[in-house]
Amino acid sequence: MGETIKLTINQQEIECEKDQTILQVAKSVGVDIPTICFHDHCTANALCRICVVEVKGARTLIASCVAKVSDGMVIETHNERINRSRKTIMEMMLSTSDLSQSPQLLDIASAYHADENRFNDAERRNPPIIDDNSMFVRDYEKCILCWRCVQVCAEDAQYAFAINFKGRGYHTQISTFFEKPLTESTCVFCGQCIGVCPTEALKPKRQWLLELGYESDQIMQMTRNERNKKTKKPQTSSAEK
Amino acid sequence: MNMISNKPITTTCPFCGVGCNLELHIKDDFIYKVTAPFDSVVNKGTLCVKGRFGYDFIYNKRRILNPLIRKTPQKPGARSQAFNLEEWQEVSWDEALDYTAKRLVEIYQRDGSNAMAVYCCAKATNEDNYLLQKLFRALFRSNNVDHCTRLCHAGSVVALQKAIGSAAMSNTAAEIMDTDVFIITGSNTTETHPIISIQMKAAIEKNGAKLIVVDPRRIEMVNYATLWLAEKPGSDVAVFSGMAHVILKENLYNKEFIDNRTENFQNFSKAMEKFTPEYVESITGVEKDKIIQAARLYANAKRGAIYWALGISQSTHGTDNAHSLINLALLTGHVGKRGTGLNPLRGQNNVQGASDAGAMPWHYPGYQEVDDEQSALFFEKAWNIEPGGLNREKGLTTTEILSNAHPGGVRSLFIMGENPMMTEPNLNAAHKHMQELEFVVCQDLFINESGAYADVFLPATTFAEKDGTFTNTDRRVQRVRKAIEPRGNARPDWEIISDLARKIEKLLGRPNSAYWDYKHPEEIMDEFGKVVPSYRGIKYARIEKTGLQTPVLDDNHPGTPFLYAESFPIGKAIFFPLDFKPIDEEADKDFPLILNTGRVLEHWHGGTLTRNSWLDDLFSQALVEINPVDAEKFNINHLDVVKVKSRRGEVVLRANVTQKTVTGVIFIPFHFAEAAANFLTNDALDPEALIPEFKACAVKIEKVTEDQLPTKQPYQPRGRY
Repeated sequence: MGETIKLTINQQEIECEKDQTILQVAKSVGVDIPTICFHDHCTANALCRICVVEVKGARTLIASCVAKVSDGMVIETHNERINRSRKTIMEMMLSTSDLSQSPQLLDIASAYHADENRFNDAERRNPPIIDDNSMFVRDYEKCILCWRCVQVCAEDAQYAFAINFKGRGYHTQISTFFEKPLTESTCVFCGQCIGVCPTEALKPKRQWLLELGYESDQIMQMTRNERNKKTKKPQTSSAEK
Repeated sequence: MNMISNKPITTTCPFCGVGCNLELHIKDDFIYKVTAPFDSVVNKGTLCVKGRFGYDFIYNKRRILNPLIRKTPQKPGARSQAFNLEEWQEVSWDEALDYTAKRLVEIYQRDGSNAMAVYCCAKATNEDNYLLQKLFRALFRSNNVDHCTRLCHAGSVVALQKAIGSAAMSNTAAEIMDTDVFIITGSNTTETHPIISIQMKAAIEKNGAKLIVVDPRRIEMVNYATLWLAEKPGSDVAVFSGMAHVILKENLYNKEFIDNRTENFQNFSKAMEKFTPEYVESITGVEKDKIIQAARLYANAKRGAIYWALGISQSTHGTDNAHSLINLALLTGHVGKRGTGLNPLRGQNNVQGASDAGAMPWHYPGYQEVDDEQSALFFEKAWNIEPGGLNREKGLTTTEILSNAHPGGVRSLFIMGENPMMTEPNLNAAHKHMQELEFVVCQDLFINESGAYADVFLPATTFAEKDGTFTNTDRRVQRVRKAIEPRGNARPDWEIISDLARKIEKLLGRPNSAYWDYKHPEEIMDEFGKVVPSYRGIKYARIEKTGLQTPVLDDNHPGTPFLYAESFPIGKAIFFPLDFKPIDEEADKDFPLILNTGRVLEHWHGGTLTRNSWLDDLFSQALVEINPVDAEKFNINHLDVVKVKSRRGEVVLRANVTQKTVTGVIFIPFHFAEAAANFLTNDALDPEALIPEFKACAVKIEKVTEDQLPTKQPYQPRGRY
């Protein structure tokens, strides 16, 4: 057992072990803090800021997925300032990315009454789908840059180091080095990235084809050349069905 | 369309021995996505390319979905391969099984049990394997029962049985995080056991564990190694005995462990005297300093573990190779504790289970010897057979079954899910033997190179269409679940075998039934547990969520993460004094290079599954790896078409000029039928384990013209190491 400390979360006084994050302690006492980029099996990196909390005496809101608890801390996980911050984050996300296949994110957005038209002059990020192999496609229109895929490709799981951020600011996107096709990168197609992607931006090819309107039989009849082609439209006959 | 709401079905991966847990996401019986549960103790949410994407063979259009009988009756000596469906007649299950039963019984009644033989299958479930060996033992009284373990870890199994009394991996893969020094030898872990390799990488990168790689290939794990001992192929005994010599000389051995837990130390240490680092360097090519450093590193480890695979066992002295590793672990006491151990990485998803289930010629289920009177009597009682009814003679092994295929020898062969016409050594000879058989049955998914020889083809189901259990490399028995309905008229193996057994029983008029009326594989596992003590506590209800590690001695037993904490199954472990033996066929003037064979990440063994999957897009043709120095010597450029020739055969394929292989050694993966490496390999056997020397034979290489390449697949570059 580690050293125990005392702190307050939402007016509730609790005792807990040192060396835990605020998020872990909150969870252990049943306080729910929303998370997006955080994943139990990835190194927390406080990118999305949705898990911010207010700590008495701190100048800014603090990301609870990385901040450690300390003795005497007074924490609030939900108040007007925090809720407004979360609402704005979701509104920015909605204005730039396609969250249509991310029900958990949409739930957070509606819980905080996010208005998807708040930034309606914002420029949406809509890069083309990258379809460069027969295993999975990358649809970065749905990407929210949570960085989990980069982490599991690196030290959090696979040690393949095939992808990372490219570009700066608004133009940031996950990419292979020099935007090479995955087949020419160090990718081993383990798909750990798909396993942690929160928005379906990374999708197995057969799932993607199914969603495009292909029948499973049509998918399995595709020749090597057909499934390797870079761009693909569903055949009209099946799309009309 | 949003499909996230569908509830996935949890099951176990059908590829390698790691035994990853899978979640199959399904819509209208079509598996469109595979993920891994993050709370799995085995793979913790991670998968490799085969587990994540390689399941689509289930839906491949070439899969056989109706029982087939050959249109032209096949004669021994003139048996031919039929890949074309027009050469087959679709029949009903009843017709196929009646015909199979009739032909098998005819041969048995004419020529007796020695004419019967079966290849069980390390890809099928424990239940399937248990039933198939029971069929041949109880009905045909034949012990000619074997499976691919013979071609895989037979050397390790024999050595481990003799030295400590049990052949399984001693520790759990999850203990990798507790190890501080690893030896990896004869295992290209990143490609063959990908999930274990990423756990090792984490132990090295995050915990500071040290890695010693002993391998003639510069495998990816060398990038993570403190020491790489690039030995000459087949010189393992010398390397590890050299390390033992240093440990003895420098007094780094664990005296207490040796005194309390081992025998024959004096003879062993005497035998090690000659393996001085200088002598070892002269035969292995490994600098003597590296031998000394490796010995000190391993001996001084708090928790040292040895992981090995087929580079050790597939040799004419594979048993000795494995003994040299066991000797090292006994010498240092790195066994019987958490994070240590002797860990042969099993290749197939269920090779451990198929062996446990008695799919071997010398053992009943649970390694109970067939020539032991007590064991035979026990199984006669269990299977309702008259006393003295079971065959007490050891049966033939995988390779022997084929080489005995001649009049007066083996006449019929039942093949469940294996592809010997890709995986046997010296394939030209194996094909001739196959052609000699009088009756061949194949139970599989596709007409592969072996199935094409069959008289009857029985279409079985895939892992996703049946229930059962697999036992993974660290002895964990895990559930396989039926997630979709069987395609077409395919049926689960256990059902086919039970039906066939009932028909055979009727024809034979056997008075007592060995029992074949199972309604669910669960009942088969219950029977299995009654005859195999280490599975007694395995009940489906107990392994719903997490598998248990055998031995599980009763219904409350929690399973056994690591073995030998208190004692070895044979009491005291035995040191084996060893001597160095060269490989069977060394390089010479005519055949100047050594050929090594093995696997690549994207493919699986004989290729029946992965060559019928989209995985083939990632690695679509055979490549021979050759070191730049040798390439220059033989005037070969990267991607040139070359012919590789041994004394037994030849193949034509593209060259991959890479430093991944050392000079003097070339490497060909054995998955590709159009350039099957096993046409070249040597069928010389280890005298004890009867495992062939797949890993080393003499070859020559020459550049040929582009048009000689057997298939014209586009070359798919691979950007990684």
